[in-house]
Amino acid sequence: MTAPDTGDRAPGAAADSQSGLATAVAPVLTVAVSLLGLCLLWGLAANAWPSRAFPGPGQVWQVLLAEAANGDLFYHLGATLGRVAAAYVIAMVVGSVIGVFLGSYRRADRFFSPWVILFLNIPALVVIVLAYIWFGLNEAAAVGAVAVNKIPNVVVTMREGARALDPGYAEMAAVYRFGPFDRIRHVLLPQLQPYLAAASRSGIALIWKIVLVVELLGRSNGVGFQIYLYFQLFDVAAILAYTLAFVAVMLVIELLLVQPVERHATRWRRRPA
Amino acid sequence: MQPVGAAVPLRVDIAEKIFRSAQGVSVTALQDLSFEVRQGEFACLLGPSGCGKTTTLRILLGLDKDFSGSFQLPEGGSNRIAAVFQEPTLLPWRTVEQNVRLALPKGLRTKNLDGLFDTLGLAGMRSLYPAELSLGLARRAALARAFATEPAVLFLDEPFASLDERTAERLRHLLLTVWSARPTTALMVTHNLREALMLSDRIIVLAQRPARVLGMFDVRLPRHYRNPQVMSDLLRSFHQKFPGVA
Ligand SMILES: Nc1ncnc2c1ncn2[C@@H]1O[C@H](COP(=O)(O)OP(=O)(O)OP(=O)(O)O)[C@@H](O)[C@H]1O
Ligand SMILES: [Mg+2]
Repeated sequence: MTAPDTGDRAPGAAADSQSGLATAVAPVLTVAVSLLGLCLLWGLAANAWPSRAFPGPGQVWQVLLAEAANGDLFYHLGATLGRVAAAYVIAMVVGSVIGVFLGSYRRADRFFSPWVILFLNIPALVVIVLAYIWFGLNEAAAVGAVAVNKIPNVVVTMREGARALDPGYAEMAAVYRFGPFDRIRHVLLPQLQPYLAAASRSGIALIWKIVLVVELLGRSNGVGFQIYLYFQLFDVAAILAYTLAFVAVMLVIELLLVQPVERHATRWRRRPA
Repeated sequence: MQPVGAAVPLRVDIAEKIFRSAQGVSVTALQDLSFEVRQGEFACLLGPSGCGKTTTLRILLGLDKDFSGSFQLPEGGSNRIAAVFQEPTLLPWRTVEQNVRLALPKGLRTKNLDGLFDTLGLAGMRSLYPAELSLGLARRAALARAFATEPAVLFLDEPFASLDERTAERLRHLLLTVWSARPTTALMVTHNLREALMLSDRIIVLAQRPARVLGMFDVRLPRHYRNPQVMSDLLRSFHQKFPGVA
């Protein structure tokens, strides 16, 4: 897009990547040890109170392996992950556009502010049920319902971000006649980055929980559907297996995608001494 | 050296600029402000703090359209303008070099900037982020950005404010060096008389708020003749012409 020299590389990138690797591994290690401790505690508790409704980690692991072997696990994980990703992208894009608009135009904000509060307070379940009634039991209704649940949160966060924009940068861009694309990429988005990160963080967690409800109510695949199925069979081990598998996937995404992206986006900040 | 730029000089004719605060108080910042800057001339707007210098520049930069009156910038040719703001206003998330290149029009993005960076003493700092620069270096980067665009008119708003005197003096010389390499029609705002006498071809003296022109002071002498002795003569004749002005 831009000239080669405006690329995002600084000298000493090679030297940085080594310490970068160390800082990437350390949190992973801490997380692993911490989770291992939790598993141990769980195993002890399951041994102390043996029950079909409270399987130990070993049993859950067995179910997990079996479901992975016959491919069911990946099929349903994939379906859920796809919905989470679609709803996330829609919610972030739509919510950011609305939020930045409201944050930039005071009168529009005053008019639409009650709408935002209204949508913020509509229970997720109501949105899902209405979406299925109005648009049918289909994929678009499912993903749309999840996005609509998340959009007001993104709007509120991004509206704060837009209010905090420094007009000095926009004026500099106007004087030097930045094109619209450069303005968004080099002036607007970097200023909004902390707010985008905050909205993403709370967004992914919320979205995947709502996706499970959507799947339970009106889809025939996905982790939510499986959990509902095993609930009817009273198979707690399978329920836990699916839940933990998906939590693990989200954790990996956080560690391998969200955090490195954030580190890259904030590389220009002065490192605390 | 032949002056570069467009055919028409900068002509300003602002009838009135009023700020209205939210409480309904109105402040007249500019009134009947008119002056011209000739082709290839370095002019200074000299006036006391708060008299409306930044307001004038903001109007000329097209950042404030709520005023009565008119102004005329060079047309045709390279009609780009450049500004050095009161703050350096570098994008903190882009390196020095990226900051400079982003200000360039698409066709010039890849142009060779070695000479400019060398002159301004920024050769080793191209890949630093603005947070890693001192204020003096950040101001040099802002100068580099303005000159790199090869503008038809250059606006500077107290580009050496809040620097210690030695650094400011060095930067003034650097500014003269890059400016002499390509004499651009320039309008610089300052409240520092010595600075104005050292840099400009002509000083436009403004009154207290609301700003209007008290008079002009031409400095016809070539800049390399302006040694300390000559400067104190200039100061004296300036004070004779404008007794009330600092
Ligand atoms: N956005 C604004 N709203 C209301 N009043 C303003 C606004 N901007 C400037 N003013 C007023 O207009 C007058 C001129 O301000 P301006 O910033 O142009 O002064 P200046 O000559 O640049 O001063 P300085 O040398 O301190 O930078 C000041 O009295 C200021 O209070
Ligand atoms: Mg000012």
